[in-house]
Amino acid sequence: MSIDFRNPRTAGEEALAKAVEARLAAEPISGRVGELRRAAAAAFAEHGLPTRRVEEWKYTDLRAAVREAAPLAGAVTASAEAEAGLRAIAFPGAERVLFVNGAYGRGASPLGKLPAGVSAVPLAAALASGSPLLERIGALAPQRYDAALALNTAMLREGLVIHVAAGAKVETPIHIAHVFTADAPLATFTRTLVVVEEGAQVAIIESHQGPAGVAYQANAASEFYIGDGAHVDLVRVQAEGDGALHLGTLVVDMGREVAFHAFQLATGAATARLSLHGRFSGAGSHAGIRGVNLLTGRQHGDVTMVMDHAVPHCESRELFKTVLKDESHGVFQGKIIVRPDAQKTDGRMMSQALLLGEFAQMDNKPELEIFADDVQCGHGATAGALDDDLLFYLLARGIPPAEAQALLVQAFVGEAVEYVEQEDLREALMAQIVARLGGAP
Amino acid sequence: MPAVQETVERVRAIDVDQYKYGFTTDIESDMAPKGLDEDTVRFISAKKNEPEWMLEWRLDAFRRWLTMREPTWARVSYPKIDFQDLYYYAAPKAKAGPKSIDDIDPEILKTYEKLGIPLRERDALLGIESSGGSRVAVDAVFDSVSVATTFKAELAKAGVIFCAISEAIREHPELVKQYLGSVVPVSDNFYATLNSAVFSDGSFVYIPKGVRCPMELSTYFRINERNTGQFERTLIIAEEGAYVSYLEGCTAPQRDENQLHAAVVELVALKDAEIKYSTVQNWYPGDAQGKGGIYNFVTKRGDCRGDNSKISWTQVETGSAITWKYPSCILRGDNSQGEFYSIAISNGHQQVDSGTKMIHLGKNTSSRIISKGIAAGHSENTYRGLVSAHRRATNARNFTNCDSLLIGDTCGAHTVPYIEANNSSAKFEHEATTSKISDDQKFYCLQRGLSEEEAVALIVNGFVKDVLQQLPMEFAVEAQKLIAVSLEGSVG
Amino acid sequence: MLDIRNLHASIDDREILKGLDLTLNAGEVHAIMGPNGSGKSTLSYVLAGKDDYEVTAGTATLDGADLLAMAPDARAAAGLFLAFQYPIEIPGVANMTFLRTALNAQRKARGEAEISTPDFLRLVKAKASDLGISQEMLRRGVNVGFSGGEKKRNEILQMSVLEPKLCILDETDSGLDIDALKIVAQGVNALRSPHRAMLVITHYQRLLDHIVPDVVHVMHQGRIVRSGGKELALELEASGYAAYGDAA
Repeated sequence: MSIDFRNPRTAGEEALAKAVEARLAAEPISGRVGELRRAAAAAFAEHGLPTRRVEEWKYTDLRAAVREAAPLAGAVTASAEAEAGLRAIAFPGAERVLFVNGAYGRGASPLGKLPAGVSAVPLAAALASGSPLLERIGALAPQRYDAALALNTAMLREGLVIHVAAGAKVETPIHIAHVFTADAPLATFTRTLVVVEEGAQVAIIESHQGPAGVAYQANAASEFYIGDGAHVDLVRVQAEGDGALHLGTLVVDMGREVAFHAFQLATGAATARLSLHGRFSGAGSHAGIRGVNLLTGRQHGDVTMVMDHAVPHCESRELFKTVLKDESHGVFQGKIIVRPDAQKTDGRMMSQALLLGEFAQMDNKPELEIFADDVQCGHGATAGALDDDLLFYLLARGIPPAEAQALLVQAFVGEAVEYVEQEDLREALMAQIVARLGGAP
Repeated sequence: MPAVQETVERVRAIDVDQYKYGFTTDIESDMAPKGLDEDTVRFISAKKNEPEWMLEWRLDAFRRWLTMREPTWARVSYPKIDFQDLYYYAAPKAKAGPKSIDDIDPEILKTYEKLGIPLRERDALLGIESSGGSRVAVDAVFDSVSVATTFKAELAKAGVIFCAISEAIREHPELVKQYLGSVVPVSDNFYATLNSAVFSDGSFVYIPKGVRCPMELSTYFRINERNTGQFERTLIIAEEGAYVSYLEGCTAPQRDENQLHAAVVELVALKDAEIKYSTVQNWYPGDAQGKGGIYNFVTKRGDCRGDNSKISWTQVETGSAITWKYPSCILRGDNSQGEFYSIAISNGHQQVDSGTKMIHLGKNTSSRIISKGIAAGHSENTYRGLVSAHRRATNARNFTNCDSLLIGDTCGAHTVPYIEANNSSAKFEHEATTSKISDDQKFYCLQRGLSEEEAVALIVNGFVKDVLQQLPMEFAVEAQKLIAVSLEGSVG
Repeated sequence: MLDIRNLHASIDDREILKGLDLTLNAGEVHAIMGPNGSGKSTLSYVLAGKDDYEVTAGTATLDGADLLAMAPDARAAAGLFLAFQYPIEIPGVANMTFLRTALNAQRKARGEAEISTPDFLRLVKAKASDLGISQEMLRRGVNVGFSGGEKKRNEILQMSVLEPKLCILDETDSGLDIDALKIVAQGVNALRSPHRAMLVITHYQRLLDHIVPDVVHVMHQGRIVRSGGKELALELEASGYAAYGDAA
C-alpha cells in the first residue's frame, strides 16, 4: 500500500542526512558525477529510509536496523592495513586489491601489476583525474528509489574502477577484498565500477568481512557494464561480523551475447541485504545468478533481485538456497520482468529454503511481470525441513544423525555452488560452507 | 507468423461488444437519493425495517469508512471513484415484500429467464428431469433486493435456513449478531467497511449441526439500475459436521458508465463442517475501447473455525472491467483445510488482480491453490496470493500452482505470491509458469482439422481443466461456455 | 543371529504386527511371503528403526543385542542392512561420497580405522563392475536418474561394500525384468556366507527361483502363520494366498 504521508525522521535518518550534507560540502565534485551525487542526496533527503510499507523492503526493517547511523570510518593506518591483509579470505591464484575499513589499502594492493588487459584505479583517483569511465557510473539506476544505493551514491568517494580491454582473456581472477578491522561501530561506503569491453573475459571476486561483535555498517555497491560477447564471472562472499549491517547492491547491464554468472555466498552480518538489478540490453545473452545463504542465531538475510528482460532472446536462471538454523530469518524476493518486445525470453527462478531451527522464518516472494506472449517463464519456491525419508535412508546405512544432516545440507547448497565454473573457486567456497555449517546445528 | 497474428487479431476482436447478457430491464425502481452520508445509511436501514442494533452497526462502519483511504496496491488503474455520485440503494418497486412468486414483476422474471435461472420451482424441477443433475435452490438478488427464494419449504424441513440477509436480520437476529462481521471485521478494508455501512441485501445460509444440505444453494446476482452500487452481503454458517455447496453467479447489463460492486462474503465452518463456494462471474467487462463495465471490489473470506473443517473456493472470473478479489481461508481449527481453484480470463481492456490468502494458524492445516490466468487483448491479469504459517501452526502444508497463458503481445500476465513460513515444520511448495499456446500444439490441432479458434478454445480448456473439474456439474457446463464466449470470436 | 519374539508394532495407532516370532541363524536364508498388507514391509522398517512405527510389545535382538533400543544408524553399524523396496534419491550427494561416508561411519562406530581412499576406490570399482554399475553412475547423485533396475543394483552394491551380518531384502524383485532380476540375485547369492543371514521379503515365488531359501514363512495379518522348506513357496505359487483370506 502506498503512503502519502511522511513518517517522522528517525535519529538514524537525521544523522545520515547530515553526513551526506557534510560530504557534499567538504568534497564537491563537478560535472555529471557531482550532479548524480547531489540528486542522490536530494532523493535521500526526501524519501529517507524505507518503512516496511515500501514493497521492496516489506520483510527487512531498515529503519530499525539503522536506528543510529554509525560515524564515518577515517583514514587507514598501516597497522590496520597489515591486519586486514592477514585476515582477508584467501583465494589462491587471484590478484587481491584490499579495502580496509572502506578505504583503499594503498600499500597492499597490486594495481600496478594486474594481468594484461586489466587496469584498475582507486575511485578517488579516477574522480580527481576525471576518468572517462566514470561516465558509466550510475548509468543504470534501479527504476525506483532505493535508499541503500542512494546513500552509496551520495557518499561516493572510496572504491575501485576496473576496466577490461576488448578481447582480453584474463585468466587470473581479480579479488576485491573488503576487510573491516576496527573495534568501533563505523560506517563505510564503497563503490566498484567494472567496465568489460567487447569479447573480453574476466572473473571478479568480491569479499566482505569483519570482526564479530561490532555493529559496523557496510554499504557496498558494484556496477557491471558488460560489452557484447563478453564473459564475466562474479563471486561475492559476504562474511561480515555478526554485529554488522551489510547493504550490498549489484547492478549489471548486459550487451549482446553476454555470458554473466554470479554467485553469492552469504554467511555474515546481523542484518544483510543484497539488492541485485540485472538488465539485458542486447539480445542473445545468458545470465545465471545463484546464491547460498547460511543463517544462524537471529541473523536476518535478504536477497532481493530483479531480472529485467528488455530485449528478445535472452535467458536467465536464478537459484537461491537458504539454510536457516535457530531463529534466523531469510528473505528472497525475486522478480522477472519481460518487457513487451522481449519475445523468446526464457526465465527460470527458484528459491529453496531448508528450515532447521524450530522457529526459523523464511519469506519468499517470487514475482513474474510479463508483457510478451512468446516466452517461457517460471518460478518456484519451497520451504520445509529436511526430508525424513532421506534422513532415514542415510541413518539406515549407518551414518550418524549429525553427519547425515550435514551431508544432506551440503548436498542441498551444493546444487547452487556447482554452477561456479572455476574448480578452485568452487572448492574454496564449499570449504567455507562446510566450515560454517560445522557439526550438528 | 501470420497464423498466430490472425488468431491474435480474432481474439482481439473478441466478444466484448457482443456481451450476451447486456439487456436492461425496464421496471420501476425505488431508489435512495444519490450520494452517501449518514442519512443514506439510515434510509437503507429503514427501508429494510431493521432493528436499532443493525442501524448502529452500519453507522459505526460508516464513521470508520470516512477515516479510511482507497487501497492502491493492486495492479489496477481506473479514474477516481466519486462515491457521492452513486446511488446506494435501488429496489424494484413493490407494494409490499414479495409474498409469493406471483407477486414478482413479470419483467424481472423474464430477465432471469434470459439468464437461464429457473426461478419458478416447477421450472427448476423440469430442469432436473431433463439434465438428470441435482437440484438447485436459487436466491436471486436483483440490484439490491432478494426477490424470491425457491425451495424454501423443503430446506426448512432439513432445518436449513436460506433466505435474504435482510430477512435473517429480522427473523434470526441472534445468529446474525453472533456471526456478522466475525470473519470480515467491520473495518477490514476500505470496500468491506463501505459494504458494512450500506449493504442492501444478500443471502444468508445456516446449516444446523450434522446436516448435509439436501441441494446445491445458489444466488444469482444481477446489476440493473444505472449508477447503482451493488453491495451484497452474504453470510454462510455451517455448524458442526454440516455440509453445504453454494453457487454464485453474476451478470450485469451493458452500460457505458462504470458500475461499482463491493460485496462481502463471510463463511464460517465449525468443527468437521465443510463449505464449498463456487462463483461464475461474467459481469459486463466494458466495450472494446474499455468504456463502461463493472468495478468489482469484493472481500470474500472463510473461517475454518473448528477442527477438521474445510472451505473450498472455486471461481471462474471472465467479466468485470476491474476485478479486485481474494477469496481467502483462515485455517484456525486443527487439521482444517483450505482450497482455492481459480480461472481468471481477461480480454479487451479488463484488469484482473485476484488470488487468495491461506492463513495457517492451527496445527496440521493444509491448503491448496490452483490458479489459471489467461490474458488476451489489452488486458492485465495478476495473480496475487499469500500463504503464511504462524509460529505455532506446526505441520502446515501448502501446494500452490499458478499458471498464466498469454494470447497476443499487448496484454500482461503477472504473478505476485507472498510465501511466509514461520516455523520449521511448515512445508510449502510453490510453482508458477507463464507461457503461450505453443505453435506445435496449435499446428497439431489444425492438422487434425480444427479451426484456429477451436484450437485455441480447446487448448485453453485443457489449460483450465484442473479447475473446471472442481465446479459442480451445473456450473461446469456454464463455465465452459463462458470461456468459449470470452475467447472465441465465432462462438459468441 | 536374529531373534524376534512376540513383536507388536503399529503406525498411527493402527496395529500392523500382532505378535510376530522369527529366528534366523547365521548362514541361513529365510523368505517371508504374504499377501499385500500382511505387514511384510512394516517388519523391515521396524527392524531398521523407522520413526513412524511404534513398537508396543515384544523383543528383537541381533546376536543378543537389543535392536529396538538402538538408533537406526547404530543398528546399521551392528550389521543390519535393509535393501529398500523404493530406494531414495538424494540429489547432490554423489554415490561414491555416500558409500564412503556410510562405510567409514560404520567402521568408526565399531572402533575400526577409516578405509584409505585408494583401498576404497579399488573395493568399490571391483564390486560395481560385478553388478554392471558404471563409473558414471557412481559419480551421479545417489539413485538420481537411475532406472528401477539400476536402483536395486545400487542397493546390492551398498550391501556388498558394507558387508552386513543380516541382510533384509524388501521386495527387491519389484519392478525388475527377468534379466535385471538375475543380476540382482547373482549379487545377493555372492554374499551368502556361513557368517551372514538373509531375510528375503517377497510377494512372488519368482525371486526364490534365483535366491533359494532354506526356510519359507507365510505372513498374514501381522504374524507368521506357517513355515516350511522351499517347496512351500511353490505351493503358494500354485494355490495363492486364498487360504489365508486374501485372493492376491
